[in-house]
Amino acid sequence: MSQVKLPVELPEDLLVSCMRCGFCLPACPTYREKEVESASPRGRIALIRAVMDERLAILDIAEKLDACLGCRACEPACPAGVHYGAILEQGRAAVTAARPNPWPMRFAYHYLLGSPLGIKLAGWGLWLYQRLGLRRLARALGLVERIGGKGLADMERAVPKAASPWRRASLRRLTPAVGERRLRIGFFRGCVSDIVFFETNRNAIEVLSRLGCEVDLPPGQGCCGAVHGHAGEHDLAVAQAKRNIAAFEQGGYDYIVNTAGGCGAALKEYGHLLAGDPAWAERAKRFATACRDFSELVDQLGPLPMGAMPGTYTYQDSCHLRNVQKVSQPPRNLLKAIPGAEFVELPESDRCCGAAGTYAITQALLSDQILDRKSGQVRSTGASTLVVANPPCQLEMIEGMERAGLADRVQVKHIADVLAEALRRTT
Amino acid sequence: MIDPAVLQQLSAIVGPDWCLTSPADLLTYSYSATPRYQRLPDLVLLPRTTAEVAEIMQVAHANRIGVHTRGSGTNLSAGTVPVDGGIVLALHRMTSIKEIDQENLTATVEPGVITSKLHQAVEALGLFYPPDPGSMNTSTLGGNMAETSGGLRGLKYGVTKDYVMAVEAVTADGRIFRAGGKNMKDVAGYDLVKLLCGSEGTLAIITEITLKLLPLPEAKRTALAAFADMDSAARTVSRIIAEKIIPCTLEFMDNGTIRAVEAFSQIGLPVDAEALLLIQQDGPQMICERDIARIAEICTAEGAFSVKMATDPTEEAALMAARRGAIPALARRRPTTILEDATVPRSKIAPMVAEIRRIAAKYNVDICTFGHAGDGNLHPTCMTDERDGEELHRVEEAFAEIYEAALGMGGTITGEHGVGESKSPYLEWKVGPVGIDLMKAIKQAFDPLGILNPGKIFAKESRKRVVVRS
Repeated sequence: MSQVKLPVELPEDLLVSCMRCGFCLPACPTYREKEVESASPRGRIALIRAVMDERLAILDIAEKLDACLGCRACEPACPAGVHYGAILEQGRAAVTAARPNPWPMRFAYHYLLGSPLGIKLAGWGLWLYQRLGLRRLARALGLVERIGGKGLADMERAVPKAASPWRRASLRRLTPAVGERRLRIGFFRGCVSDIVFFETNRNAIEVLSRLGCEVDLPPGQGCCGAVHGHAGEHDLAVAQAKRNIAAFEQGGYDYIVNTAGGCGAALKEYGHLLAGDPAWAERAKRFATACRDFSELVDQLGPLPMGAMPGTYTYQDSCHLRNVQKVSQPPRNLLKAIPGAEFVELPESDRCCGAAGTYAITQALLSDQILDRKSGQVRSTGASTLVVANPPCQLEMIEGMERAGLADRVQVKHIADVLAEALRRTT
Repeated sequence: MIDPAVLQQLSAIVGPDWCLTSPADLLTYSYSATPRYQRLPDLVLLPRTTAEVAEIMQVAHANRIGVHTRGSGTNLSAGTVPVDGGIVLALHRMTSIKEIDQENLTATVEPGVITSKLHQAVEALGLFYPPDPGSMNTSTLGGNMAETSGGLRGLKYGVTKDYVMAVEAVTADGRIFRAGGKNMKDVAGYDLVKLLCGSEGTLAIITEITLKLLPLPEAKRTALAAFADMDSAARTVSRIIAEKIIPCTLEFMDNGTIRAVEAFSQIGLPVDAEALLLIQQDGPQMICERDIARIAEICTAEGAFSVKMATDPTEEAALMAARRGAIPALARRRPTTILEDATVPRSKIAPMVAEIRRIAAKYNVDICTFGHAGDGNLHPTCMTDERDGEELHRVEEAFAEIYEAALGMGGTITGEHGVGESKSPYLEWKVGPVGIDLMKAIKQAFDPLGILNPGKIFAKESRKRVVVRS
């Protein structure tokens, strides 16, 4: 029996509170695909508990925890209010302690996503890679696939062109409110968002300022730490949280806003993450309660002036926006308000698309299986635009539309991009 | 441990992907929804067809290996926990709805079909499958039949066994047989179909079920009534029935449950009420309206201090939320929730609720009661902590006394959860020594080697009846 213990004390009540009623099973995408109990939330909680009780070794269950999307659709389905996300992260931290992540991942977590400078460098790196013909060379040599497997290679193909470093640097620190200032906003840029979806952030800032928000981009902010936490790099996740809290807490902001459902969920959970640290618990709680998703705030401040944008729109929930942040109506309200647009519900829009942070890279096969089901459902809506609220979902769905041969019929857009476009059409 | 050669034979039947042997996989089939019961199987098999099930049973029989049939593992009597290891035979991959026969009003399904999936499929055709156990979004129809699951509509529509018309099953030695059919009248020999209902996987393995369907009722009306004392609520129940109105749902919550729900979800429930009745009637629109109006009058006449009626689906959902919130609210209170199902004749609801309250106080345990007032099926629910041995002992004593009280009123130890392992020490209290002998003889006829769900229903030793009632 391995002596590996869960690195951070997991309140045992958290595990015992699972009644094993199985109400989470129908909500779980991996249980549906794999059809075995160990691919269900109830199964994974039982496994982690068995490790705590020293009935199983951590490496016995590693592969089972790897297969979890972490979409947390099980949480709203749970009658006992079990905090599955916290249990999973602790389980993964224990796995990582016993079986470190592969070196390309570790490198990315520590150096690229581990600091603001790293993010800047990653932005440069990706831009150069895409511009200097390295991309073609790497594809020809199958290099990406060799380093990160099929999942990374698929993702690499879906990644849009990164904004140039000078374009990124051109973003002003402070964007004044249009008209009377109603709120002062601290804007959280994110890491992947800031590099790959730079225009989305710009668009979000434009929309917010139009609604009377003064938008500030405080320096010193970095990655939210979600990717670290999901990968079992608990200490790195905590380090990101502390850095961000410190970067924002002196800004006098009414709200802290971001455009990524997954990042936003991590930000809103800083209170839980740092609850055991007396020096940070209060600060983390204050930070978390100030966080809002972009769509949440726009819906609250609206109505946003919008010009006609005819077309059929559908919306794929971001799992963490829906299940953790509990934001599901605001994006729908906003889309339904676009003049000339028809909104169609996507069947099972509350189910994960398979992106799940780095899942599409680490668990490529199962991720594709989930994605293909999703793409078929998108096809059934007849929509011309699929709207998302989280960058990884956007990458995944772009790949999905390509795999399903829908790339020329369905555009995948972030809600901030859609709203900014509608706003510009008001003349 | 299973001999490697036998393991290979079994693996060849279902294919290696569906023959699970890793420690992690075995652990995830070691439990059900019953708190405190957990044992590791030696092997988990997930067959896809009746033929595979038959072959598995032939091998298991030849090698005398115990086989524990399991659906989604939502049972509350430890019925699917593998007591002595052996095989867990999980049928949740057999998920085909084979036929919906609109002329004979039947549905033929594989045992792994999720209960609510059948509801959706038949309701899309204007048909109705009434049994709606609390776990219907997870539970399988095979499990429902094996446990004779009930639900909120038992009073008017009965329980699972009232809908099973035909079955295909595999015997302990691996032969396939069929019983029953789509005939409304059929007296050809003993009723093996009904015998398999509630047999908890101890007599045969159910591989296909034909269920009776009804036309979907045209309308539904809902009312929620609050009472200052238990007796007026009980009188209301009796009087509704005495006036020849059979509501489709007649649910009850005691004061403890009301307070728990309100504390958790703040939906404006009267926390001073001693009892809430949630009443629903379905049927043709006009009859629905007439019945619910009369029911509201009866509630008021018997002393309800508040009666709320829903006029649209949103309002109906708001009223139903009170009852739906019961388990979530109670489950959040303490780490372990033990949900029991002692049942009494309808007329004994008030004295039974009073008894439960007295017993909970006597043993100093936290028990709230809600349940199906219309059919006398109560759910005394105990909030405790499975890590506290001393408290658990008191909980066990309290429940033994609750079963005793229910039996004293002509009730039963389990209304819809089954005997399994957890109630087996009490079965003899209900059925007596002759009943046990007859049941064991039936078991012997079906399963002479005792390999089907061993250790269930029949206890090694019955519990002594320590409680002397005055």
